[in-house]
Amino acid sequence: MKVKITVNGMLYNKHIPNDMMLLEFLRKYGYVSVKRGCDTSNCGLCTVWVEGKPVLSCSYPAARADGKNVTTLEGVKDEAASFGRYMTAQGVEQCGYCSPGFIMAALAMRRELTNPTEEEVAHYLAGNLCRCSGYAGQTRALRAWLHDKPWEKEGQV
Amino acid sequence: MYTIKSYVFPESLEEADELLHRDCRNNAVLGGCCWLKLGRRRIRWAIDLTRLGLDQIEVKDGFLELGACITLRQLETHPAVTARFDGLLGESVSHIVGVPFRNCATVGGSVFSRFGFSDLTCALLALDASVVLYRGGEVPLAEFMASPIAFDDILLKVRIKDDGRRAAYQSVRRSATDFPTLAVAVSCLDGRWKVSVGARPGRAVQAEEAARCLNDGRGPEAAGVAAGAELTFGTDLRAGADYRKKLAAVLVRRAAQTCIERENKG
Ligand SMILES: Cc1cc2nc3c(=O)[nH]c(=O)nc-3n(C[C@H](O)[C@H](O)[C@H](O)COP(=O)(O)OP(=O)(O)OC[C@H]3O[C@@H](n4cnc5c(N)ncnc54)[C@H](O)[C@@H]3O)c2cc1C
Ligand code: FES
Ligand code: FES
Repeated sequence: MKVKITVNGMLYNKHIPNDMMLLEFLRKYGYVSVKRGCDTSNCGLCTVWVEGKPVLSCSYPAARADGKNVTTLEGVKDEAASFGRYMTAQGVEQCGYCSPGFIMAALAMRRELTNPTEEEVAHYLAGNLCRCSGYAGQTRALRAWLHDKPWEKEGQV
Repeated sequence: MYTIKSYVFPESLEEADELLHRDCRNNAVLGGCCWLKLGRRRIRWAIDLTRLGLDQIEVKDGFLELGACITLRQLETHPAVTARFDGLLGESVSHIVGVPFRNCATVGGSVFSRFGFSDLTCALLALDASVVLYRGGEVPLAEFMASPIAFDDILLKVRIKDDGRRAAYQSVRRSATDFPTLAVAVSCLDGRWKVSVGARPGRAVQAEEAARCLNDGRGPEAAGVAAGAELTFGTDLRAGADYRKKLAAVLVRRAAQTCIERENKG
């Protein structure tokens, strides 16, 4: 079928297979930050935003994204890099495969929740799994990032 | 993973129904697709309902109405839902996988599927909700839950009497985002109680005797024991039947106590 999907501000007017998932569409057009993990809606690795809301691209039909705005990590790369520095400082990443999905969920969270408590942060990000770490590093990085609010100084939305 | 031959956005409910009934076995209504995509269905016509205005949350004629395309996340965040029934509906779904998942999975897909593990149907049963089907009309959820699944109708919305009842939810999970090992919801209006128990692991059902205990003032402890005794429980990889029975007694007691405390606080 024919779809018009805008990814990070760029319009794609394409023919796609009817059962294509958004994950496959995005990777096909070079958005390789989007990772396939479980492919069963369990791990959160494939998180991207549709109309600003985090969704699982492995389970989101590409056809449904017709006429919609999709954001991947490439589309918020400055803010992602800024948050990434907090992750690096805390030694969060081991294999790093979970990071793009985790970062997309974290950036969505800071837009959605005002001054979240640590419990609210943990709850919001509970669906983004990391098989290498024990989440302690992520928790420290999030705490520092939410405390510093670098996005205010860096002029991000 | 499913395959889809034709993907359609019908322009009306009539068209959606007509497409479905061309071949109910091989055509499918799409909800959030989180569950559907895990199967291996060879779908002829995939019917996407998202352009039919079924994404409304309305308070109308004394009822809270939840459109089939409402996402589970909206139940946690929409003020019309969070402000009612002590936030029962939002709380019931808040442990399902994660936020990106709950931004996809829908009320329609969750309720129509009548999963034994469903947190949402357990909560809705305690609110005495009903479902509105395109062909079948309005059906009490308890009746719908007891009926076999035939993929020959479209769930349009869920209706709940906006009667200000107090409510509470309890579930136990082996890990934070796992399926529930057992789920319990209770509600109370003017001293009349509803108790439902889900993930037994069979479908959620109302625990009538437990509700009677509470109605008669015999208290949460007695209600818990009654729920454990009156319902059947099964064994699966999450828990044994005996454990679930004991769990039911504890969770019904806790939920009823919470509800009473909320009532007392006003
Ligand atoms: C990994 C995973 C973990 C989960 N954990 C939990 C949990 O802990 N607790 C819990 O309660 N649930 C859980 N669920 C279930 C989930 O919450 C949803 O209920 C499920 O994904 C179905 O909703 P959906 O919108 O994705 O529907 P879909 O997957 O799109 O559809 C499911 C079925 O319903 C049909 N359908 C969809 N919408 C309609 C409609 N409007 N009318 C008629 N038929 C319709 C479809 O044809 C299909 O047969 C889990 C699911 C997954 C995949
Ligand atoms: S790859 Fe999408 S949730 Fe795991
Ligand atoms: S760092 Fe390896 S999965 Fe998270």
